[in-house]
Order: sequence, then C-alpha cells, then structure tokens
Amino acid sequence: MLGYALRRVLSAIPIALIAVSVCFFILRLAPGGPFDGERALPPLVLANLRAHYSLDQPLVVQYFIYIWRLLHGDLGPSMVIEGFSVSRLIAIGFPFTLTLALTAFVIATAIGLLAGMVAAVNQNKWPDYVLVLAVMIGVIIPNFLMAALLQLWFGVHLGWFPAGGWVTGSWMHLVLPVTVLAWPHAARISRLMRGSMIEILGTNYVRTARSKGLGERLVLARHAIKPALIPVVSYLGPGLSYLLTGSLAVEQIFGLPGIGKYFVTAALNRDYGIVLGTTILYMFIILALNLIVDLVYAWLDPKVRYR
Amino acid sequence: MSNTVLTVEDLSVTFALHGSEVHAVRDMNFTLTEGEILAVVGESGSGKSQAFLSIMGLLAKNGRVTGNAMLGDVNLVGMDKVKLDAYRGKDIAMIFQDPMTSLNPSLRVRTQLSEVLVKHRGFDKEKAVLAAIEMLERVGIPEPAKRSNAFPHELSGGMRQRVMIAMALLCQPKILIADEPTTALDVTVQAQMLDLFKSLTEDFGTALVLITHDLGVVAGIADRMMVMYGGRAVEKGKVDDLFYDPKHPYTLGLLHSTPHIAHRAARLDPIQGLPPSLEHLPKGCSFNPRCAFRFERCLAERPPLAPAGEGREKACFYEGELNYEKVA
Ligand SMILES: Nc1ncnc2c1ncn2[C@@H]1O[C@H](COP(=O)(O)OP(=O)(O)OP(=O)(O)O)[C@@H](O)[C@H]1O
Ligand code: SF4
Ligand SMILES: [Mg+2]
Repeated sequence: MLGYALRRVLSAIPIALIAVSVCFFILRLAPGGPFDGERALPPLVLANLRAHYSLDQPLVVQYFIYIWRLLHGDLGPSMVIEGFSVSRLIAIGFPFTLTLALTAFVIATAIGLLAGMVAAVNQNKWPDYVLVLAVMIGVIIPNFLMAALLQLWFGVHLGWFPAGGWVTGSWMHLVLPVTVLAWPHAARISRLMRGSMIEILGTNYVRTARSKGLGERLVLARHAIKPALIPVVSYLGPGLSYLLTGSLAVEQIFGLPGIGKYFVTAALNRDYGIVLGTTILYMFIILALNLIVDLVYAWLDPKVRYR
Repeated sequence: MSNTVLTVEDLSVTFALHGSEVHAVRDMNFTLTEGEILAVVGESGSGKSQAFLSIMGLLAKNGRVTGNAMLGDVNLVGMDKVKLDAYRGKDIAMIFQDPMTSLNPSLRVRTQLSEVLVKHRGFDKEKAVLAAIEMLERVGIPEPAKRSNAFPHELSGGMRQRVMIAMALLCQPKILIADEPTTALDVTVQAQMLDLFKSLTEDFGTALVLITHDLGVVAGIADRMMVMYGGRAVEKGKVDDLFYDPKHPYTLGLLHSTPHIAHRAARLDPIQGLPPSLEHLPKGCSFNPRCAFRFERCLAERPPLAPAGEGREKACFYEGELNYEKVA
C-alpha cells in the first residue's frame, strides 16, 4: 500500500507540470492583454509596465520565469491592481471558499451516501420514490434559480435564514448557500450509491454472506457498503472540485467574501496574473483530490494495489 | 436406525415474472439422514439450485416458497429472516455454484471465515481467526496462516473453493448443500475436491446434498440420488439401483449421456431434444416430447411420484423393461 501511494505521488508530478504549462500558454496566446484598457496608456508607461511584468521577454523566457517563481511558492502578481497578488488573494478569500465548499461537500456526501443506501435497501418502496424526486429537483434546477427560490422562501417569506450577506462566525448565513451548493452534489452521490448498492446486494458474495446467518445489518455494513463505495469514491474528487468552482458563483449570488468576486473581476480585466494563479491553484487542488481518491480506491478495492 | 436431519415436504418455488408465474420447483419431498450423501441431478434449469436456495431463505425477491423444510422440529420455510439466521451457517450451510464470485473481493479470507464463528459460536476475534486457520489447514490449504491474510483474487479457483468449503464447515453443520461444487474447476482439481467432501463430511457427520448435472460425480461419492426434471423429482433411490437399473426414461437418458458410465452402452448419446421451458410445460408427463417409451396415457395425465420397488420411487407410467436400444 505504501509503495503504491509513493508511485501515485511521483506520477502526479509530471502531470502537474504539463497542466501548468498548458494553462500558461493558453492564457498567454489568447488575444488581448491586461493593459488594453478603454483609455490607451502612453507608450513609455506601457513599455515600463510590460518590462515590470517581464511581458517584453520572449514567451519561453516568461514561461521559465513563471515556473521558477512557482517552485518558490509564488503564484504571481496581479497585473491590474498594484501590490495585489495571487498569494494575497488566496490569503484573503480562499479560507472562506474552502470552508463553504468543504461544508457543502461533507454534508452532501453524508446525506447522499445515506439516502442512496436507504433507497437501495427499500428499492421500489416509498423511501426510494422520495429520493428520486429529491434527486430530480437537485439535478434539474440550476444553482442560480435554486438560490433565488431559497432566498425568497426561507430568507424573505419565512425569514428563517438571512437571504444573503455575511457576518463573521454566523453559521445561519451559510445555511442557504451551502444548501444550494450541496443539493446537486448530494443528488449525484445518492444516485450513484443507490445504483451501486443495488448491484452489490445482488452479487453472489452478498448471498454467501446471508447464507452464513450473519444478520442483515452485518451483511450490509461489512459485505455490501465497502464494495458499493468504489464507484462513488471515484466521483468524490471531481465532485469536490465542482463544489470549489461552483462556490465561486454561489459566493457572488449570496455576496459572500470568498475568492469568487476577485476571480470574476480579474477574468473581466484579463488580469493574467490572478487568472493564471487561481487556475493553477485549482489545478493543484484537483490533482491532490484525485490522488486522495486513488488512495482511498486502493484501500476499498485490494486488486488495484497490485496493478 | 440413523437420525433424520432434514425433512422436506411439498416444497414448491414460484417466481413472479412479467405478470405470470414460473414454477421452478414443484412438490419436492425428501429426507436426509445424518452423514449421508444425497445427489440431486438434472439438466440446467430443472430447479436444483432454486429448491435449496429456497430452504436457505435466499430466493430472489420475486420468488416465493411454500411447503416445509423441517430441521429437527423447526420449519425453515417461511421463517422470519432474523430467526433463520440462527440456523443458517450453523446447522445448515451452503456452497455456491461459482467459487470465483462467491467470496467477497474486498475482505480478507480470514475475516470472511472468522465472522461465522464470532456470530454462531460467540468466539472473540482472535480465537475465531485461529480456528479459521485450523480449518483452512484441514481443507488442504498450504501455509494456511499466510493464506488467511490473502484477498480472494490472490487465490486460484481451487483454493477459493477450498476456502468456501472451510467456511461452510466451520460450525460443523448438520447439513451441507454443495451446488455444483466442481463444475467451475479443472478436472484434476475436481477429483481432489470430491475426496475432500467425502472425508470431511464423514469426519463431521455432516449430511451432504450434492447438486450436479454430472453423473460421473455422483457415481464416486453419493449414497442416494434424486433426479429432477422440469422442477419435479422424477426418480429417487439408491445410487447403485438407479445406475444399474434406471426406471425412468430420463434417468436412462442421463446415464447414457455421461462418459465413464456409458461404457456399458456402445456409445455416448446426449438426450434427444431440449430441456423444457418451465412456462410451457407439456400436458401430461413433462418428459413426453423427448421420451421413446411414451404412450397415450403420458399425453393426458401426469405420472405421480410413486413407490417403485424397495426404497425407490419414480414418476412414470411405463412398466415394461427400459431397453436402451429403443432410445438409440
Ligand atoms: N429470479 C427468478 N425469476 C424467474 N425465474 C427464475 C428466477 N431464478 C431462477 N428462475 C428459473 O428457475 C428455474 C430453475 O433454476 P435453477 O437455478 O434451480 O436451475 P438449476 O437446476 O440449478 O440449473 P443449473 O444447472 O443451470 O444451475 C430456471 O428455469 C430459471 O429460469
Ligand atoms: S410417463 Fe410416459 S412420457 Fe413420461 S417418462 Fe414415462 S413413459 Fe415417458
Ligand atoms: Mg443451479
């Protein structure tokens, strides 16, 4: 298992490098630049600015400069706001974004797994139908609409939770955004878990377990759940990255202080520094998540460890 | 007089399928005595597996079972699953048709064995593992302590089948049902496995039900046999009697389609025609479309299973000599 983990970590390095390079070149090759504002800048100022951000160097040189900085943990400066940088942005906004996404992730995964299991065990009975309905709502309604509906109903009409804004430390302000973010995730997880669990409950080895008189609870807990988790786990990594990106939109809608608002502004201003840095940050997170998923996967399915 | 360990009466299994009913097993009756080996034979689809799965409470969701299966004075049929769990794996155990998929791929062999003892014998984990390793040794697994740490995919088919046998015998059950235990294995391993069954059931006094469609398997090891056709038992009796003097045309056909046994006949012949579809069983005797001895009565009435000499029964109207030349 340890050897497997080490191999997986090492193989992630070249992937990370390739991904960074692709991000870098795609952004740089896109037309337009950070200083193409409404008002043309004087040529001298422009030249100075370009020199300051090494934009006057050949692209390859810029690339190596970027990689060099990256290796030192510097994700790059903002090219629009003087003195602002990706690291600063992350320091200000990322803890919040991460909290929001992780809260939604944990709640949604727990609810999704549980609902999927209950539905599978009660296949074609009422708990199953309730789940189908909840899943449908979660998958069909887009998050901005869901947000609006929840804001109207629970925020304005019933007044149970604040409809938006942020007060430090107030979990009440998180309820609606977390719900919007978590619902589709929980829906997908529960659907995966239901299908996988139904399949596993029909396998020969679950029949063997029943034949041993272990009792249905132990049959489920020990023999069915672990193998049933395998397809679900492979979705968790991508699932969390959806939540991290989805969080940016939800933060905007609810006026929350994550990195969402900086990222959106930066993209509109073609602020290479911020956009590239944030993209690369997300990429690292996704790579790390996939790595974790692979390791959990190997634990769940012993066959994987030997490949 | 040896003790009866299982009495099955009027066992029937039906499946609901597309709004209609499929009768997989009908009116099965038999008894099993301590330590004996009963072979249940028949072509694919004749209801062998479903009959015994129903006794174990393991039918698919669309299946329903009626009748009795008396284990001592408790009836396993219709018993609440929670109560049934006190007997399954302890007094009556089953080995399934496919050893490759019948062990849980995500659990170590050790866990899958020891949990039986923890549940039925109240052993603590450690003691259960030791007993499990001992049983692995018993069924002929080399380096049992090491192998007990393996996951099923690390073992060969023969090894897995041995693990299944060990698992079934942990509590020294009164009854072991083995559903085609050798079909999925190499021929060389098959013989070893049969020897193992024979010696272990002797050691433990376990009665063995051996489900198979291979009469070659039956010949070497079983005491009695029950031949099934279209969900019904059509002939029952001692193995020797049925082999040397079959009284049902289907039994005769089976014997002549089996290598090693057919040597008495000039050649090896598969039985003419196809196994019946359970949804459209012919009127009268189910076997009549394939029977060389059929006469008018066979088309109108269904022959009941009735005594046919010392300790045997058959379901056939034909009373003359079963001359194989007539079939060929
Ligand atoms: N869940 C089910 N729904 C409907 N019919 C079923 C179901 N399970 C089994 N059957 C039918 O029951 C019949 C008997 O099946 P069974 O498994 O007992 O056959 P078998 O004698 O064990 O054959 P084999 O040698 O192939 O294992 C088959 O015709 C099968 O199609
Ligand atoms: S009852 Fe008739 S058809 Fe059926 S097996 Fe006997 S002879 Fe053949
Ligand atoms: Mg079968």
